Amino acid sequence: MTRRQLWQRFIVHLDMPLLLGLGLLMSASLLTLYSAGNHDFERVLAQGVNIVVAMCCLWVVANLPLHYLMRTAVPIYVLGMLLLIGVALFGDISHGARRWLNLGVATIQPSELMKIGVPLMMAWYFERHEASLTMKNYIVATLLLLMPVALIARQPDLGTSLLISASGFYVLFLAGLSWRVIGGFALACIASAPVLWTMLHDYQRHRILMLFDPSQDALGKGYHTIQSMIAVGSGGLFGKGYLNGTQSHLDFLPERTTDFIFAVYSEEFGLIGNFILLAMYFFVIARGFVITANASTYFTRLMAGSITLTFATYAFVNMGMVSGILPVVGVPLPLVSYGGTSMLTLLLGFGMLMSIQTHKKLVKS
Amino acid sequence: MNRVELKNHQQEIFNFRLRLFISIAFVLLLLAILLARFVYLQTMRHDYYQTLAEKNRISVVPITPNRGLILDRNGVVLAHNFSGYTLEITPSKVANLQATINELATLVDIAPRDRKRFKKLMAESHDFETLLIRSRLSDEEVARFAAQQYRFPGVEIKARLFREYPYADKTAHLLGYIGRINQADVDRLEENDRTSNYRGTDYIGKTGLEQFYEDELHGTTGIEQVEVDSAGRAVRILSRSAPVSGNTLVLSIDAKLQEIAEQAFGDYRGALVAIDPANGEVLAFVSRPGYDPSLFIDGIDEESWKELNDSPDHPLNNRVLRGQYPSGSTIKPFMALAGLYYNTRSPELSISDPGFYTLPGNRHRYRDWKKEGHGTVNLFRSIVVSCDTYYYGLAVELGIDNIFNYLSNFGFGKKTGIDLHGEVSGLLPSQEWKQKRYKQKWYTGDTVSVGIGQGYSLVTPLQLAHATATLANGGVSHVPHLVREVRNSSSKKPSLQENKPGFDVKIAPEHLDLVKRAMVAVTQPGGTAVQAAAGASYSIAGKTGTAQVIGMKQGEKYDASKINERYHDHAWFMAFAPAEQPRIAVVVLAENGGHGGSTAAPIARKVFDYYLLGKVPQPDVVPADKVMGAASGVPDVGEEHD
Repeated sequence: MTRRQLWQRFIVHLDMPLLLGLGLLMSASLLTLYSAGNHDFERVLAQGVNIVVAMCCLWVVANLPLHYLMRTAVPIYVLGMLLLIGVALFGDISHGARRWLNLGVATIQPSELMKIGVPLMMAWYFERHEASLTMKNYIVATLLLLMPVALIARQPDLGTSLLISASGFYVLFLAGLSWRVIGGFALACIASAPVLWTMLHDYQRHRILMLFDPSQDALGKGYHTIQSMIAVGSGGLFGKGYLNGTQSHLDFLPERTTDFIFAVYSEEFGLIGNFILLAMYFFVIARGFVITANASTYFTRLMAGSITLTFATYAFVNMGMVSGILPVVGVPLPLVSYGGTSMLTLLLGFGMLMSIQTHKKLVKS
Repeated sequence: MNRVELKNHQQEIFNFRLRLFISIAFVLLLLAILLARFVYLQTMRHDYYQTLAEKNRISVVPITPNRGLILDRNGVVLAHNFSGYTLEITPSKVANLQATINELATLVDIAPRDRKRFKKLMAESHDFETLLIRSRLSDEEVARFAAQQYRFPGVEIKARLFREYPYADKTAHLLGYIGRINQADVDRLEENDRTSNYRGTDYIGKTGLEQFYEDELHGTTGIEQVEVDSAGRAVRILSRSAPVSGNTLVLSIDAKLQEIAEQAFGDYRGALVAIDPANGEVLAFVSRPGYDPSLFIDGIDEESWKELNDSPDHPLNNRVLRGQYPSGSTIKPFMALAGLYYNTRSPELSISDPGFYTLPGNRHRYRDWKKEGHGTVNLFRSIVVSCDTYYYGLAVELGIDNIFNYLSNFGFGKKTGIDLHGEVSGLLPSQEWKQKRYKQKWYTGDTVSVGIGQGYSLVTPLQLAHATATLANGGVSHVPHLVREVRNSSSKKPSLQENKPGFDVKIAPEHLDLVKRAMVAVTQPGGTAVQAAAGASYSIAGKTGTAQVIGMKQGEKYDASKINERYHDHAWFMAFAPAEQPRIAVVVLAENGGHGGSTAAPIARKVFDYYLLGKVPQPDVVPADKVMGAASGVPDVGEEHD
């Protein structure tokens, strides 16, 4: 085999347009991190390591044939459920929430695993019953979704449980859940809102109230929103220029390398920069939809669609939170925020997208 | 058939594509919302945020809530706030600190103590923080400084609420004090996610109830959002939310009783705890000597600290909670109950006391406090005359395991769970404990002294008071607590603190009756604490005790006159009254007080008299015990020990 053939072999399962989009976003991440971390090159390097590790996993997943992928659905889901139950029973409490499981060697947050595990399981389930889908199947699929969501909401981690609900809902939606049920469910949600309100934890209610009036908790969580809105707004059309953000450099912005990194970006690159960032996200999302549309099996269509929509949701929720139209829920900006776990989960998802795209071609040829 | 399926398949693909298009439209909608938001923030509102970011900043000013009050059970104020002025310096804004302070001293009184405290504060904090140089300025001083303020950049007068403890040292060990928030406090607040509520708060409960009930007392911080100009001056108020004052604590303590108990101690060091046996409410909580808590609020100067910390009287030591002493003979009623419970001793059984006890096959003599012995002693009499020999033998026959099991039911060796931090657990020795602590097995000889509350065993005054209350209540125990009620500052709704049940001890009624009768006899002629009940219109059940401070060699005799006063024995008295229907249980420890009967018991008597009869002791008469002893015509028990 020549070198060229080897190279061909290496990249055959990578989807180039998607890879390009991911690369652009990750470059933006490294660039912004350098500024957000006050010229801390180690932070950038650490994120670089996160990216390399996650990329390796992406390559492995992209090279897995689809039936392997499907086979992992049940084990991942069951493992995730067991870990979630473990957390509920023996988890470590930090900041009033029980989210981490100490396994002796490492502490893990099982809800991260379920971000992939839940849609995977649901797509697998629909694929199995594809021939004769009845209402019952939708109900079962919904239960598969609600069990982990309930456990995560109890931790309490409202943000993650809502996002997993969204990814599960996308599967149901794409699987053809009837419009009447969706409409009915929406109505029921609105009707049950007052009841849910009473079930929320104090701090969760607080966060929702704060959304309408961040000044309510200007000393605590509202402080984040007020400061990040000042950062975004003061950025203006062209931004203050790279490394020149005042909000971020004068220490007004909290968590500016993680959840609030978008405020740093936005302050320094302005509206133009935001537009470019949105365009990059749209590029990745659009490519995801193309892959979804071309997907050959029911399972892959559902999976690809859910991954793409979930990614879009994460981006929207984070930027919405930083710009003050959504409550502070602790969702990182996908591919840009500093953090190894979220990078890994995201790229595993994109690895699946690539596998779906490239293995289909092989099947055809 | 085939065509139908094909059609279905196409139909399905069509449906899926349709939904995919809807999804794309949905995503586009989300992106459009974001874009619209960005356009709004970054073009239309740009100027507004630009100003905020660069020139005028929104300054969020916290409004500190008033700290909750602490009242006694009758509404007497034990801790409150009053407003006053402080003089504060921001070192980073002052060029020559020493000169400035000297200059200030010409306007307001600045004592050497203030300077020392300021020095200490400076070492502990950042330059840009505002530090206190003088507190509680008089109106005149405020006026004098205000007129000259322009000469002192970086020096300002602040209006502030001060915490005051009207009973000062009398309640210091109970209430504790608040103090400036330090790094350790900040870390703790961060851990509990409570930092935002402490912006603007300089003080936090450091010890005592102030610390334990910090969350109740602190209140909720209010917020004022003000626009400030580049110089940091407030231009206008944008919004305001009022602070919510901390909740009021109503204690079970009776301030008057506490005061009487304090005074009854005279010059003695020691501790006193009074508990309502029916519910565990602590009525008096005295640890002597106390200290002035106000010294600590703004940081204590080194001199005063040294004085307190190095004092041989250990005024900072909370003796009620943290003092561990041998229980001495006060353990005997509990030992007697253990003997009855395990059927080791029947009430009728009498022993003959030659004045010492020996283990079989051993010549070592465990001496009774009465050299010639008590003669024939049964269980009843063993309590009345506090016969050591009886309990040496009983302890050995019971064995350490039974002793451990039974006494731990009464809470010995365990924290009582009172609503204060820092309680210690005393020591109820067991085989397991000795193995762990000394890597040695338990010897029978160890058991002998445990029988009279010496040897390894240690109790805190609170533990003994809790056990006494449990005994008074027929074995039904309540966790002792100091706070009776938390009054919500906004709704004014009181929430009563629940009486938490503790471990109950099963005591047969006839055993309880026997021991109680014996304890009543202790305070009657012929008993060891005859002074306690002399002339009382109610009956007192009690037991004296002596905790040895130094060990005596075999054959050596304790002679108080020959040894340093600090090595004198500690005097115990535990009692409850009225004996038939106990309303109050009291434990008194008088350090180096010598005899429980003559030193500790009269103190308890004054507490009983006030609580049960409302009688306030008359000061400056002949020591009360002597008067009572003489009045009832009871001769002084010659060689009184226990």
